[in-house]
Amino acid sequence: MPPESESPLRSLTASRVVVVAGKGGVGKTTVTAVIAHAAARAGRRVLAVELDGKPTLQALLPDVAVQAISAAEALDEYLREHGFGRIAKRLSRTGVIDVVGTAAPGIDDIVVLGKIKQLERSGDYDLIVVDGPAAGHAITFLTAASGLSGAVRGGPVRSQANDVMELLHDADRCQVVLVTLPETTPVNEVIETAFALEERVGVQLGPVVVNAVDDGATLPEPRVAAAAVDELGAAATLLAAAAFRRSRREMERAELERLADRLPLPQIHLPALAVAGLSATDVDTLSARLEAT
Amino acid sequence: MNGAGRPGGGATMAGVVDAVSVVVCCGSGGVGKTTTAAVIGLDAARRGRRVVVVTIDPARRLADALGLADGLPAVPERVELHDGTGGDLPGELWAMMLDTAKTFDGLVRRYATDDAQVDRILENPFYRNLVSALSGTQEYMAAEALYDLHLDERFDLVVVDTPPSRHTLDFLEAPGVLSRFLDHRVFKLLMLPTRSGLRLVGTAAQPILRAIGKVVGSDVLADAVAFFQAFAGMETGFRERADQVVALLRADTTAFVVVASPRHDTITEATWFAEQLVAQQVRVRAAIVNRVHPAFGDGTSDEAWAAAHAAALSGDDVVAALWRNVAELRAQRECELAEIQPLLAVAGGTGPDAVPLVAVPLLDEDVHELDELWTLAGHVFSALPPDRG
Repeated sequence: MPPESESPLRSLTASRVVVVAGKGGVGKTTVTAVIAHAAARAGRRVLAVELDGKPTLQALLPDVAVQAISAAEALDEYLREHGFGRIAKRLSRTGVIDVVGTAAPGIDDIVVLGKIKQLERSGDYDLIVVDGPAAGHAITFLTAASGLSGAVRGGPVRSQANDVMELLHDADRCQVVLVTLPETTPVNEVIETAFALEERVGVQLGPVVVNAVDDGATLPEPRVAAAAVDELGAAATLLAAAAFRRSRREMERAELERLADRLPLPQIHLPALAVAGLSATDVDTLSARLEAT
Repeated sequence: MNGAGRPGGGATMAGVVDAVSVVVCCGSGGVGKTTTAAVIGLDAARRGRRVVVVTIDPARRLADALGLADGLPAVPERVELHDGTGGDLPGELWAMMLDTAKTFDGLVRRYATDDAQVDRILENPFYRNLVSALSGTQEYMAAEALYDLHLDERFDLVVVDTPPSRHTLDFLEAPGVLSRFLDHRVFKLLMLPTRSGLRLVGTAAQPILRAIGKVVGSDVLADAVAFFQAFAGMETGFRERADQVVALLRADTTAFVVVASPRHDTITEATWFAEQLVAQQVRVRAAIVNRVHPAFGDGTSDEAWAAAHAAALSGDDVVAALWRNVAELRAQRECELAEIQPLLAVAGGTGPDAVPLVAVPLLDEDVHELDELWTLAGHVFSALPPDRG
């Protein structure tokens, strides 16, 4: 039986900053919203952060503060606040974030993390939940500070990078919550990402959230089902549907077991909802799951 | 809407693939694009084509399913497989994984004027960063690789699985990443066009460059300047090449296929891709929606709930439970079919311009064996009768 966390919300919000990461399509935005909403309902001052310019997170969280951070704006703001106002003006006029970003790789990630750090330090929020980048980028996003070229010695970027590394290495201040689905490829990716993050970033890993787990009512055993439908016209349909559901549940169960086996982190399961696109109401439903102990 | 959708125009997936020499799969992450690209390649090989599938970031499982023990290589490797009944394929299936850095290096080698220039660039830290740090590079290199393979006589069909980003279509309008760089004001500040080519301007006189130097460090800036200077000699070659790549992408013999899953976000993304293609006067040739819950019987979820209720009332708990299961599965499918509607509109509905919109069923287990890939091929192309439900 895979380990389940005792108090899901508490373990998910054990640090002031929570970065939610995972492969594209596993539901990072959903989980970010669910954590933010549950924490807000529990009375904490919460800020949700999105990094990709999409309006989804805001739509899922009508009652929680949501901030969009973009690298270009974060860099501009940082320069102005550190006495480089004239440079900031010139840079934005020529739009050189591309060249700057290429010259010092990870600089855009560093200033974004720097902005998050600034929000954390402000004291305005008890919890900052970040809808983080997709799995591959998550690693480069978090290694940006430590990976900063040795050629970037002094100056604003270097000190920003140092501050960011301090944040990432302090478990009270920051943890990464990985998200996956109970399927082979997402599970493989989350295992790989977890080990890469531990090895290369040294950031605290919170529980793994598994989305869209089928936790519906138990199905009758095949023999019992076959006997019960014997005379029915719809027998074939009923048995085929049961076999399908059983097979998929077995697949999920096996993947969750494999995940527990390979990754010694607590798992939190969120149920599959019969919808094709989640709404704020669904976020509310899922939040209740985190509050149950 | 069924397996190999035959809307009014009579277009089928097999027909689409048979008519082209390049297939480009676009869509967001997590929708099964890599699997779809592999399935398209597999079926084309079964129909006698010599196909190469280029994937971007395939799951290890895909390599395993295709029998490639060491994962997918950066150069095409022949996949030895049979057609699911033990026979040999009339065509050939090859596969490779894109190596962005190697592909870019190859371009540099091709267009440099001498070895010294090649070395100066390949060893330049700014260049090395560019390959991984500049957004859109991976897509640019996928288009590059596609072009090279199109010219390769070993293959008559190239299937590309693109990175899950919106940059895929940057290359239809202009040479994408390249133009972003060469039309860049910084580049223009550094380089003056003269009769004999581009000439490096002194950096001391440029306040913007000094400003950048202060932010990123002057050593780093020096690398950037050195790169632009070294690159100047190759600019024309790169531009011409980029034009050829764009011409191939826009040709009638290239098919763009949008891939999605029945979720609001992936359908939105697929619809966006399709609209961008239309705006660029490029046709969407097909839309594929993966992981659609299969139908169980012909009824609706409401009918199943009613049957469950009736069974419960007569004390038939087992049958009631079975009907509830059917109701849940049908409800999921109904949700999904409703979600797919915008893509149906983009695919031309059932009018004469309609393109295939294929709904591929969610299988009862994960896809990591060759048999399962053949099952999916059967659903996409409706050529092999699927042996699973």
